[in-house]
Amino acid sequence: MKLVLSEEEQFLKDTAKNFAEERSPISHFRSLRDNNDRKLWDKDIWSEMVKLGWPGILIPEEFGGSNFGVTGIGVILQECAKTLTPSPLFATGVLGAYAISEFGNDEQKNNYLPKIVNGEITTALAVDETSHHDPYATELIAKKSNSGFTLSGKKIFVIDGASADLLIVLARTSGSKSDSTGLSLFIMDSNQSGIEAKKLDMADSRNYANIYFNDVSVDESSLLGDLETAGETVESILDIGRIAMSAEMLGNAESAFEITLDYLKQRKQFGALIGSFQALQHRAAEMFCEIELTKSSVLAAMRAADENSNELQRLSSLSKTVAGETLHLVSNEAIQMHGGIGVTDEYDIGFFLKRARVTEQIFGSAKYHTERYANLSGF
Amino acid sequence: MILIKTNINNMANLDKFREETKEWLDKNCPPSMRSGADPKIPVDEVWGGRNAEYKNPESKLWLDRMGEKGWTMPTVPKEYGGGGLSKDEVKVLNEELFRIGAKQSLLSFGIWMLAPVLLEYGSEEQKKEHLPKIIKGEIRWCQGYSEPGSGSDLASLATKAEDIGEKFLVNGQKVWTSYADKADWIFALVRTGPKEPKHDGISFLLIDMATKGVSTKPITLISGKSPFCETFFDNVEVPKGNLIGELNAGWTIAKKLLQHERAFISNFGLAAGMGSKRDIVSIAKKHLGEENGKINNGFYRSEISSHKIKEHAFGLTLKRAGDEGGKASATASMFKLYGTEHNKKRHELMVAASGINGVAWDGDEFDDNDKNLTRAWLRTKGNSIEGGTSEVQLNVISKRVLGLPSQ
Repeated sequence: MKLVLSEEEQFLKDTAKNFAEERSPISHFRSLRDNNDRKLWDKDIWSEMVKLGWPGILIPEEFGGSNFGVTGIGVILQECAKTLTPSPLFATGVLGAYAISEFGNDEQKNNYLPKIVNGEITTALAVDETSHHDPYATELIAKKSNSGFTLSGKKIFVIDGASADLLIVLARTSGSKSDSTGLSLFIMDSNQSGIEAKKLDMADSRNYANIYFNDVSVDESSLLGDLETAGETVESILDIGRIAMSAEMLGNAESAFEITLDYLKQRKQFGALIGSFQALQHRAAEMFCEIELTKSSVLAAMRAADENSNELQRLSSLSKTVAGETLHLVSNEAIQMHGGIGVTDEYDIGFFLKRARVTEQIFGSAKYHTERYANLSGF
Repeated sequence: MILIKTNINNMANLDKFREETKEWLDKNCPPSMRSGADPKIPVDEVWGGRNAEYKNPESKLWLDRMGEKGWTMPTVPKEYGGGGLSKDEVKVLNEELFRIGAKQSLLSFGIWMLAPVLLEYGSEEQKKEHLPKIIKGEIRWCQGYSEPGSGSDLASLATKAEDIGEKFLVNGQKVWTSYADKADWIFALVRTGPKEPKHDGISFLLIDMATKGVSTKPITLISGKSPFCETFFDNVEVPKGNLIGELNAGWTIAKKLLQHERAFISNFGLAAGMGSKRDIVSIAKKHLGEENGKINNGFYRSEISSHKIKEHAFGLTLKRAGDEGGKASATASMFKLYGTEHNKKRHELMVAASGINGVAWDGDEFDDNDKNLTRAWLRTKGNSIEGGTSEVQLNVISKRVLGLPSQ
């Protein structure tokens, strides 16, 4: 496992950096928020991402993708996160693309993957039902019926749930809450009768929904992967999601830090640049170290995913923990070091704090993953 | 095509080198110097030098054989006594040493600190004189940097070297000289330009500790041990040929050497943590109990896991720095800062998880593991002070990496 980017990966990263800076600076996110757009992402920006081939990065070439790997999509998410670029890339290009490529049958792959690649559909993964991430707490039930299954229950905090065309839903086909067995994944159109998505207003102004399933009938062919194997398959999808989200969080932290550093070099108080005060310098230096550790953790996790290493789960928890803690620290310090303007809506730095706290919760907080890391390490 | 051919040749050569190395190690690495050695055979910490003593004669044999090959510094050219190996060959050598669990043949400040500086700044004659002896472990070196009045502000040092014609006359005192009482030679910073600005009046001088007027006195630490000394210079005459680099240009060399030292201290802290017999998880399981393989106390378990995660992330960062080809002083400062702070935290956690046993000092009622842990914990307090305090590292990072302004 080499912890440096390949030339191609570096090229993707540079492309994404230019794209984010030119096409979606932070002002782009601000205007979506201010216009209270339902999707909270822009379809023109998304079509440009589609043209660049980004939703197909995790998809095999036979379905039109580039099969470029988690590191490839990770560095793009990292760069886009620096300007807080909202898009369906995470939910569709990571979660949907990976889930279907990895666990879909031929029909599902043929049916959905080319549409993901050409931007025809976006997807969402519906896992959680509790305020803290906990896939095994699933109670949404999929009852066997004559023609297939009937789903009843509720999923919460579904990323892109307010706009996705296709839903991948974790459901219980046997057993009870907290069992890691008896779980199955289903894939279905979001406009299926009986499905109702209620858009959520979250602090970070991104696209989330609670989704209600009122006796939703699906046929047998909508099973994604074998019946009752989702305890494992969903963990595998989630781990890829956690790693990709860690890359996003790294981008967030890098950007908030850079903006803050610039401010320390401009703002004067007591007749001196505030960046010359040791009380602030040492805290900035500590943040620098934490960000360096995060870069290594995220890169190692992305590599583990691409090499299908047996360290994948541990590195996924490692990167989500380290990224979570670093972003937590940096987002707080960024506000404090900006002083009064840091707590105004007019100034962008507050966006990073709000985004930070939401991403920290996505697919498990640092606390969740610190515990998981201990379990996986045998203590 | 030519490129591919070269690569194939290179790979074939490496395979051949691996075979030869295997064979050599098979014949030359004594049984007690590999994994699976008889635990009853005493273990030496091999630092070499004129006065070295060995409890196990095979320690000396292993050092001599490795030294003869130049494999204690495998990348140094053969003309200076090194192994003359390429980077790829060193990788193979390390893999083969690791495979048989070979003990490190020589611990040496000469290797870690002085040799890289000699290679860069030393004259041909100086390299030929000193490098082979460092590599063979014949001369043990110590470092004369800090002084009673110059700790973090190292450049204010006052030990003076006066020009008296053929020689320098050295007078003054060094402090925190690691193992000065056991070392044969010292590399020291001395003031040769008393009128110049403080950074521009310092020279880098090599001094034989056997010279008349050099004396040492051990310092007892809070751990009860004495790895450091005070070193006194009283009218010590030093040949001018022992000056490294230009007169009054010692500060540049000193800074370069500090980078090597910092990289070493942080690596050492981490290596000590990862390879150490003291494993925080087993200590916690022993003193706090375990249930289904989990540490039976949620508060400690969570702290230990957080700590392990940081350790893992730090290890990955060292690896990344290596893969990137190693960068300049800023990275060294970060590693020094993080490695030592982390090592302190690890020892605090082990002491806390051991309960009352974690603060055992002496006597038969406690076992050696507990008593040694207490001493080791106290020793770590110096890690974030020696070689530039954590605060100095933070200053270096803020100014050199982040470009924050000076006051």
